[in-house]
Amino acid sequence: MKLAIKRIGFLVVVLGLWQLVYSIGVFEDIVFPSPIKVAGALYEGFADGDFIKALGASFRHLFMGLSLAILFGTVIGVLLGKSKQADETAGMYLIALQSIPSIVWVPLAIMLFGFSEFAVVFVVVLGGTFVMALNVRTAIYSVPPQLVRAARTMGTNGIPLFFRVEVPSSIPYFMTGLRLAWAFSWRALMAGELLSNGPGLGYSLRYAQDYARMDQVIAIIIIIGVIGAVVDQVVFSKLERNVRKRWGLLKS
Amino acid sequence: MFLKMEEVGKTFNDKEEGSFEVFSEIDLNIEENQFVSLLGPSGCGKSTLLSMVAGLEDVTSGSIRLEGEEIKKAGPDRGMVFQQPSLFPWLNVKENVLFPLKGHGSKKEAEERADRFLQMVHLSRFKENYTHELSGGMQQRVAIARALAMDPKVLLMDEPFGALDEQTRHILHEELMKIWQETQKTILFVTHSIQEAIKLSDRVVVMGTRPGRIIADFSIDLPRPRKRDDERVIELERKVMDLLEGEINKVLREELHEASY
Repeated sequence: MKLAIKRIGFLVVVLGLWQLVYSIGVFEDIVFPSPIKVAGALYEGFADGDFIKALGASFRHLFMGLSLAILFGTVIGVLLGKSKQADETAGMYLIALQSIPSIVWVPLAIMLFGFSEFAVVFVVVLGGTFVMALNVRTAIYSVPPQLVRAARTMGTNGIPLFFRVEVPSSIPYFMTGLRLAWAFSWRALMAGELLSNGPGLGYSLRYAQDYARMDQVIAIIIIIGVIGAVVDQVVFSKLERNVRKRWGLLKS
Repeated sequence: MFLKMEEVGKTFNDKEEGSFEVFSEIDLNIEENQFVSLLGPSGCGKSTLLSMVAGLEDVTSGSIRLEGEEIKKAGPDRGMVFQQPSLFPWLNVKENVLFPLKGHGSKKEAEERADRFLQMVHLSRFKENYTHELSGGMQQRVAIARALAMDPKVLLMDEPFGALDEQTRHILHEELMKIWQETQKTILFVTHSIQEAIKLSDRVVVMGTRPGRIIADFSIDLPRPRKRDDERVIELERKVMDLLEGEINKVLREELHEASY
């Protein structure tokens, strides 16, 4: 309860400052709309269904891209985690690839696949795969050797050992990978859509900018932030915390 | 002979530090149903030898045979209890005990076995709990139940009570004695505690260090339960202490010598 009051209080202060800057007239009205105007744009966008449609398209891209990123990332991560040979050969490049901001892939995606939705999905996949792979590799490394030894004394080896010990033991790190893959994919999605031909939230943002509708631009930025925070808090962080608790890594 | 070690040697090969011989030519025969302790200072290779019997470490030279069959790799005929309980945190207590039973016999039989051994270690009430909800002593009892549930020919214990407090250790000593008498298992028990070895074992094999080797082999036929203030126990403790003192000093001298560089 106290937490909610603190958070709402903070929001009120920020909105107040915003209104203040607007009222003093630091920027021209057309580039810096008032909070009321942005609220209006938000209402309007949802009421006439434009934002809903854009959100639907964005989530479709995200779902496809993130699913593939999780799949590829897991396969690469397990490969690098299990094979020293593979890790020595390719492990370093993974960190290099991971450090490339997703927007850098956009020109390449457009040249390869045109202004299609597939180009957007391609960017999302690249955005999520490497961080997923790095975390899955860490997950495999983090399996306590002691548990593997114990399982071996019980006659568990090879593939059963992998599925009965190494996989469940790495799930907490896997969940961290999932949360980060989502966060990176969400950023990549916006980068990709911003330069695409729509539909999607990022495309709507650029469209609004082209028509100098800054109220809509800010409204969309708010939507992007809210979705990012809500999905993280409601889905991934919660999932991660529950798993850590269950695995005894967190004192309840 | 039930468990036979012949001229067993172990050398670790390290790329950077070269090879290091832990011990060589260890000869040791263990009879069925006996409780045998391997006692020695750190670095004598007692845990390494136990891991070799478990099949977790390769045998560099010589051979280890269990009922005539040479040990090549780990297997469920040798149950192992480690110093750390090594339970699977994603499984509850009963599922942990069921782990080695999966795929052997029917599910119902497995469940009955698990229940029986959990009862033996007095943990029936905690079947559904996760392992991190249990104390260290309880976790170690789950590990013992898990090792026994697969009905191994020999139970290997690597300083199983070393990480527990004094009180808990005493309770577990008594429980282990009961379990041993009930199941008639052959137990090979590694410890660095002279008192623990004398309290529990039929036979204490004392190992020395640099190089690791067997320096003495005592049979103890005092009646159980053995009291700490029993004259014969004290006498034995003194005898073993005298034997080990030289070995411990050797380790200390070497460590101090290395530290002075």
